[in-house]
Amino acid sequence: MSTTGNRENVFATRMALTNTKLRLKGAQTGHSLLAKKRDALTTRFRAILKKVDEAKRKMGRVMQLASFSMAEVTYTTGDISYLVQEQAKQASFKVKTKQENVSGVVLPTFEVDRVPGSDFNLTGLGRGGQQVLKAKEVYAKAIETLVELASLQTAFTILDEVIRATNRRVNAIEHIVIPRLENTIKYILSELDEMDREEFFRLKKVQGKKKRDAAIRTEGETDAASSPKPDSGEAEHTANLLSSKDEDVIF
Amino acid sequence: MASASSKDRNLLAVIGDEDSITGLLLAGIGHINEQQKKNFLVVDSKTQVSAIESAFQEFTSRPDVAVLLINQHIAEKIRPTVDKYQQAFPALLEIPSKDHPYDPSKDSVLKRVQKMSAE
Repeated sequence: MSTTGNRENVFATRMALTNTKLRLKGAQTGHSLLAKKRDALTTRFRAILKKVDEAKRKMGRVMQLASFSMAEVTYTTGDISYLVQEQAKQASFKVKTKQENVSGVVLPTFEVDRVPGSDFNLTGLGRGGQQVLKAKEVYAKAIETLVELASLQTAFTILDEVIRATNRRVNAIEHIVIPRLENTIKYILSELDEMDREEFFRLKKVQGKKKRDAAIRTEGETDAASSPKPDSGEAEHTANLLSSKDEDVIF
Repeated sequence: MASASSKDRNLLAVIGDEDSITGLLLAGIGHINEQQKKNFLVVDSKTQVSAIESAFQEFTSRPDVAVLLINQHIAEKIRPTVDKYQQAFPALLEIPSKDHPYDPSKDSVLKRVQKMSAE
């Protein structure tokens, strides 16, 4: 029984049995807790999955709109790309990270942190200033959508990773740790049973021997011989025993 | 996991064509740091793929970039690198450009999303 499956290398004692039983219980509790965590995360994950899909499609539309307003700018003002690229110095459009906790997993969320700056105020001063402003706003809106999507996506990536790790742990406990502990318990129990049987057999032997000794003693007393103590001079007893028993065996 | 380092990530980085970059910079995401490093890369037809690759590597390894935006048709050029990228920080976003409408089936993240919803 103990040879099937792997088990831990322990001595078969009652203490080891108690320890292993406690560990098995711990493993089972851990397993159910992890399974719960996995379920909670998966629920969250599914929700995010749906949102990511939606947001990606929304982004496609928003960016199209933004490109269109850019085209307007190009039409009225001419090419401003060089100007804009050269003027970029300090970002006025930044993101802040916040953290959200889902059953022990920290999910970062990005938030738009916009400093109202006076960048590119002179862009399109000659003509198309209004279009430039409009494009600026449209792009800001688009980036907000993008940032939202980015935080969803980050959550998605992190959750994916964490769910995988949790799954691995759940499976490891379910398929490796628990069977191993169960095997150990079985092994210890079988060893203890074996020891019990040996002990019982030994006691029976001792009892039988004591009985025989007593019988010999009474016999010896009637023979008027000295009766030696049962635990001393064993060789003599066996010699006596053989001689006395010989007559009994008649079948 | 990356919570400690996520605090000081506050920039957006872009790899894109001229129009996308101009629009995004107009909104104010442009940043040039002390080492005169820009957080954007303009890609045109003459830009080498290796240049895009190195910019991608640079932006993804910079500690102050929270979100990396990349035009989808440019991501397509370095698709193996993009698909291999699995980190949470910085978040990688594929955005459509003016001449290339958005194709959800090519997006590396959306691919994973669809793979999972199919399960």
